[in-house]
Amino acid sequence: MKKTFFVFLNSLLNSAKDLAPIVLVIGFFQLVVLQQNIPNFADIIIGTGFVLLGLTLFVYGLNLGLFPIGEALAFAFVKKGSLVWLLIFAFALGFGTTVAEPALIAVANEAANVAQLGGIIDNEAVDNYAQTLRYTVAISVGLSVLLGALRIIKGWALTYLIIGGYSLVIIATIFAPEFIIGIAYDAGGVTTSTITVPLVTALGVGLASSIRGRNPMTDGFGMIAIASLLPIVAVMIFGILW
Amino acid sequence: MVNLLQPFIDMLGDVAPIALVLFGFQLLILKQKIPNLKKVIIGFILVWIGLTLFIVGLEKALFPLGKLMADQLTSVDFIGTNTNWGSYYWVYIFAFAIGFATTIAEPSLLAVAIKANQVSGGFIKVWSLRMVVAFGVAVGISLGSFRIVAGLPIHYFIIAGYVVVLIQTYFAPKNIIALAYDTGGVTTSTVTVPLVAALGLGLASTIEGRNPIIDGFGLIAFASLFPIMSVLAYAQITNFLNRRKNDAL
Repeated sequence: MKKTFFVFLNSLLNSAKDLAPIVLVIGFFQLVVLQQNIPNFADIIIGTGFVLLGLTLFVYGLNLGLFPIGEALAFAFVKKGSLVWLLIFAFALGFGTTVAEPALIAVANEAANVAQLGGIIDNEAVDNYAQTLRYTVAISVGLSVLLGALRIIKGWALTYLIIGGYSLVIIATIFAPEFIIGIAYDAGGVTTSTITVPLVTALGVGLASSIRGRNPMTDGFGMIAIASLLPIVAVMIFGILW
Repeated sequence: MVNLLQPFIDMLGDVAPIALVLFGFQLLILKQKIPNLKKVIIGFILVWIGLTLFIVGLEKALFPLGKLMADQLTSVDFIGTNTNWGSYYWVYIFAFAIGFATTIAEPSLLAVAIKANQVSGGFIKVWSLRMVVAFGVAVGISLGSFRIVAGLPIHYFIIAGYVVVLIQTYFAPKNIIALAYDTGGVTTSTVTVPLVAALGLGLASTIEGRNPIIDGFGLIAFASLFPIMSVLAYAQITNFLNRRKNDAL
């Protein structure tokens, strides 16, 4: 029990180190550059305490739950030898974790507002537009994880996929309406949530470790890279077609 | 006091579909018992509680202040009326600092760094990977702010960035490439997005001739591109130094 307590104290200390830069930056700019008082000081202390405790528990849970189950699943799929189920799982994981992602919902609504202001769609179509966009992105993330899993199984080089992805982004940029370009580029970054990333990483590394001839370092990573490229293309294609 | 019930329910909405997919496949398709089920469930509960506290804390403490500062730094009162792109130097410095600081605190990046450390047998250090990525995000966000201030089209920057990344990929050590590409996607989540988005919208709404709806976006894209470059560059430099050391022996 005493040992657990010290381990916990040590992780709290690590979390404090992680958060120190933000506190320093905000404190410095507020007091030195803008020369303003810090409002609601008590709230800030309580909030920072929450953040500290939260980050510590998250890292604990990561090693206890998310990482092991991601790897156990990868291992079980390889043992079962069913590629089809693995790909269905990969798609479900990508689609399921993205479709309800709050950051994505926010971006989709924003895009619908921009489209409406730009006169692309009328008032009634706004909700429909946002929802279709959201599903487009979620499907593209599902396809990305599927493609990422397939790449590890087949041993394709990630570089070729990335070059292909970049080329698609550039081609789509040429044809896409201007208002959607900034939103599309941002969509790539916001789709991968804090719970998705550890799971997908564990899945990839697990797959690469359990297939002979794959190196977990070169082959295990890369799924998130694909999942941040395809949504860019998907949003721009959506902008072109709508 | 703080109302914690609603955030916990909201976060459950995030965690539940993932848990459903995982456990559903494990039990129905793979028909296998989950090893150490008790530990895994405790892990999930800890992740759920941890992320909720983390986000509630951020929203209570850091976000309001960060957003307020982004507004103040970009306001006319602070910058003055007679301006060119150089008058925004505090904005660039703030963008750099806040990009760096939020990336260090980003839980997804921490997760990937831990995994990379395990997989590489300790060769990749958790802390140095995060520092290098944070530096890339910092450069990206300050360049992105400059772009909004100067009013240049985003796709020139992004396409140029792609070209640089591809050239670096050609020369970089093979085993770092996939990890480097991944860091681009993981840097921008819970902590970075809200603060950086506030900075972009603040900039685009103060500067004359910018449309917040069109020019306010795009900072995230910079933040996901530049870490790829910094990680590749770091790997190359380390590689180069090691080789020189070996040659000297």
